[in-house]
Amino acid sequence: MTSGQIEIQLIAVVVAVACALPGTFLVLRRLALVSDAISHSILLGIVLGFFVTGDVTSPLLLVGAAAVGLLTVVLVSTLERTGLVREDAAIGLVFPALFSIGVILISRYADGVHLDIDAVLLGELAFAPFDRLVFWGWDFGPVSLVVMSIVLGLNVAAIAVFWKELKLSTFDPALAVALGFTPALVQYGLMSLVSLTAVGAFDAVGSILVVALMIAPPATAYLLTDSLPRLLALAAAIGAASGIAGYWLAYFLDASIAGSMASMTGVFFVLGWLLAPERGLVAAARRRARQRLEFAQTMLAIHLANHEGKPEAEVESRVEHLHGHLRWEADFAERIVRGAERRGLVVERVGSLELTDAGRTLAADAVSR
Amino acid sequence: MSGDLLAIGLFSDYTLRTVALGSAALGITSGALGTFAVLRRQSLLGDAISHAALPGVALAFLLTGSKAPLALVVGAALAGFVGTLVVMGVTRTTRIKYDSALGIVLSVFFGFGLVLLTFIQRRPDATQAGLDRFLFGQAAALLRRDLVTQAVLGAVALAAMLLVWKELKLLSFDPDFGQSLGFPMRALDVLLTSLLVTAIVIGLQTVGVVLMAAMVIAPAAAARQWTDRLGLVALVAGLFGAAAGVIGAVVSAEAERLPTGPTIVLCASAIVLVSLLFAPRRGLLWREARGRRDRRRLRLAAVLEDLWTLERQHVDGAHAHSAAVLAVMSGGAERSLAELEQQGLVRRVGDEWALTDRGRAEAAGRESR
Amino acid sequence: MNAIEVTDMTVAYGEKPVLWDVDLEVRKGVLMAIVGPNGAGKTTLIRAVLGLVKPAAGQALVHGRPYAAQRSLVAYVPQRGSVDWDFPTSVLDVVLMGRYGRIGWVRRPGKVDREAAREALAQVGMADLAGRQISQLSGGQQQRVFLARALVQHAEVYFMDEPFQGVDATTEKAIVELLRALREQGKTVVAVHHDLQTVPEYFDEVTLLNVRRIASGAVDEVFTEENLRRTYGGRAALFGRNGA
Repeated sequence: MTSGQIEIQLIAVVVAVACALPGTFLVLRRLALVSDAISHSILLGIVLGFFVTGDVTSPLLLVGAAAVGLLTVVLVSTLERTGLVREDAAIGLVFPALFSIGVILISRYADGVHLDIDAVLLGELAFAPFDRLVFWGWDFGPVSLVVMSIVLGLNVAAIAVFWKELKLSTFDPALAVALGFTPALVQYGLMSLVSLTAVGAFDAVGSILVVALMIAPPATAYLLTDSLPRLLALAAAIGAASGIAGYWLAYFLDASIAGSMASMTGVFFVLGWLLAPERGLVAAARRRARQRLEFAQTMLAIHLANHEGKPEAEVESRVEHLHGHLRWEADFAERIVRGAERRGLVVERVGSLELTDAGRTLAADAVSR
Repeated sequence: MSGDLLAIGLFSDYTLRTVALGSAALGITSGALGTFAVLRRQSLLGDAISHAALPGVALAFLLTGSKAPLALVVGAALAGFVGTLVVMGVTRTTRIKYDSALGIVLSVFFGFGLVLLTFIQRRPDATQAGLDRFLFGQAAALLRRDLVTQAVLGAVALAAMLLVWKELKLLSFDPDFGQSLGFPMRALDVLLTSLLVTAIVIGLQTVGVVLMAAMVIAPAAAARQWTDRLGLVALVAGLFGAAAGVIGAVVSAEAERLPTGPTIVLCASAIVLVSLLFAPRRGLLWREARGRRDRRRLRLAAVLEDLWTLERQHVDGAHAHSAAVLAVMSGGAERSLAELEQQGLVRRVGDEWALTDRGRAEAAGRESR
Repeated sequence: MNAIEVTDMTVAYGEKPVLWDVDLEVRKGVLMAIVGPNGAGKTTLIRAVLGLVKPAAGQALVHGRPYAAQRSLVAYVPQRGSVDWDFPTSVLDVVLMGRYGRIGWVRRPGKVDREAAREALAQVGMADLAGRQISQLSGGQQQRVFLARALVQHAEVYFMDEPFQGVDATTEKAIVELLRALREQGKTVVAVHHDLQTVPEYFDEVTLLNVRRIASGAVDEVFTEENLRRTYGGRAALFGRNGA
């Protein structure tokens, strides 16, 4: 591996981790698409910042773009509060408009400069190592690596400092208010992090990938764990893995690095969706098959308990009756009855079923919950 | 460009006419079908579908080696449809919410699309030129065969919508009731989504995948402000969509370096802004004016009633009272008294105020009501 | 033959059972209330009968045959809060939806349907509001629109999910009169009901439900302290016969 390759992967990992941290809270708070809105509209901030400073490398660009990101959130909630459009439509009205203005400004007035439309969507990760931060003859490494490391540090620090507030307002907003926290403040703080991260990552990987890195790894992690610290750690790890795997996919296909990274977050998501130990499709299907049998046995017990000692018990507790009344196929009913017998829930006496004490207890427990 | 020139341009220039007709077709279709998406709070599904369509376009080109509009549109439609199936599948089988599912589909599919596009571009037999116009759209490149494809698909989608109009209304308003009547609501949902996919793919070439969502949301959100009838909302949305499409596309085709998608989206956004502000009854300015009128009426009525109350507390009937007394009872009395005087309901008695006969009748009538 | 016959109905959402082995018979021409605490499965029972949720076991017959074969005999009044009342449509339009099943696919409502809808609106005292946009209705008026929509179904059996929920006194009176009129015509009504106090006044029979069927029958016989305690558990004191 050349040092350039190593640096690219390093940037990819730092960007992915920096995105996964605030992204986790977006996913938990059902605000995933805010990342879509912010990552698009910051383009306008970058362009406007460029017009003001005349310099694409100015740190003021970052600030201006992050401000426009926040403005997007404010506009969306203002629009929603008018009651004229719903939240989903409000998001879908605001960011395309801001993004369009940004694209038009670039293509009309900033053509040929360092800003171009392909970079907006694709990012320029492959060229990132050539743009280096050099001070007093010292090479501090690629600019985007330095920038994203600072952003990552900020994210870690902010989450650590406001851990309690973030956690509480995410999982129990009502309690957060009762305890005197201001959810709106936490909300805008989080949005500031999202904006800043999106701006920093934008340059390296483009707007759409920002969405992929912010949403897909946390969503995948959400299939694997419930604890917030583990969720953050897993999301970061999955993001980092997607970054490295994406780089090599792009290398072998000679294709867009950003696109490959986004594709890899998708691959990891599908793996999690299928194979997550408890919540994956495979595990769920297995569990359902088992539960279907247990559930049916419980149902049998309840059915028998309901009619026990009543005049109709004679009819209701016949094995053939299960087919007619519980709508069970004959062989399914047979399996359930045999299973229940093995578990000692029922005994069969001349075609008629009788509950054992264990069966009676099971039925009583099931309905009292 | 002035209106006359625009009109002449429209009818004389072959390219412009193609562009205008194509944009009208896409605007009408996406506007009308977007109505249902917006009302069902699925606005951003359009965003996911349009982004998801990109890999479909690229795969269609890779597999067929052709840029025939029908092949690309079919590829886009299939990919968009698969994207919505994934969204439905994820939300139904996991605890991941709708917003995250949309975010994952739109960013991962799009990222994969970029991988394919860059892969195609770097192949030695690079005959791909033109695929990247699917990103931001390029109206000027529309050909007659594109127009025919768009018009036919749009007409089919609209005809299908009209055919099952009543059922779609039921689906959007009260799906449970529809199901209880025996209409297969899930099948109708799939049908409506397919129509939405169709509406989106016919706009991809003109508006581009990145911004097509706006053409689904903006016309419908604007039209909703003007009317309370579903049919009219869809009709007006279609007209708004067509207007934004035609104006945006023609301006973009005529001007230099004005990308089509963003230009069309800005036209649509302008229509939304005007609608939100000026639409009768729902519009913000209208509402503000009504609020002011109501507050003024209440303010005047309060002063009138105060005078009436004071008058009855005194034995000598038409007694006059100073504005200061009235100001204590209800604020802002001075201005209200001047306005009431103009209406002939109160009169000045030296420095003080008394009810006129008409004012007394008005106050008495108000009280008895 | 009973109007409704539910046998061994069991419904589970995911892994959580909501209804366990419930039997229910409703005779024709009876007004029946379904009563029970939150999460008792009242709404689920109605939805299961109407085929809106798939039961894990059991079946429901309407006039002796499965619901799917008897749709034209059944009308459904969902909870008022289940729809978006800002939807761009008019009162008459919503009521016309009750005719859609009869009209069938693709065809549009005709003159006969509109007449039926206006007649139903008159029956619930809303004849003047046919053209009104639905977002301008009060809660009680919304409920009456839903009732009118069920009336135009010209059904034999009516399922109502909390028809009295959050309505004004006028509407409450109108609904009670409507229920009585339906009974006089020999129709059957099954309504999920929350206000225990009014059960004896409004309904002939009652089913007490809490995941299982606790009791079912004539109000005089079944609506007892003892049964209520069994239905509502420890909170029975709060829900005594004279409590709120």
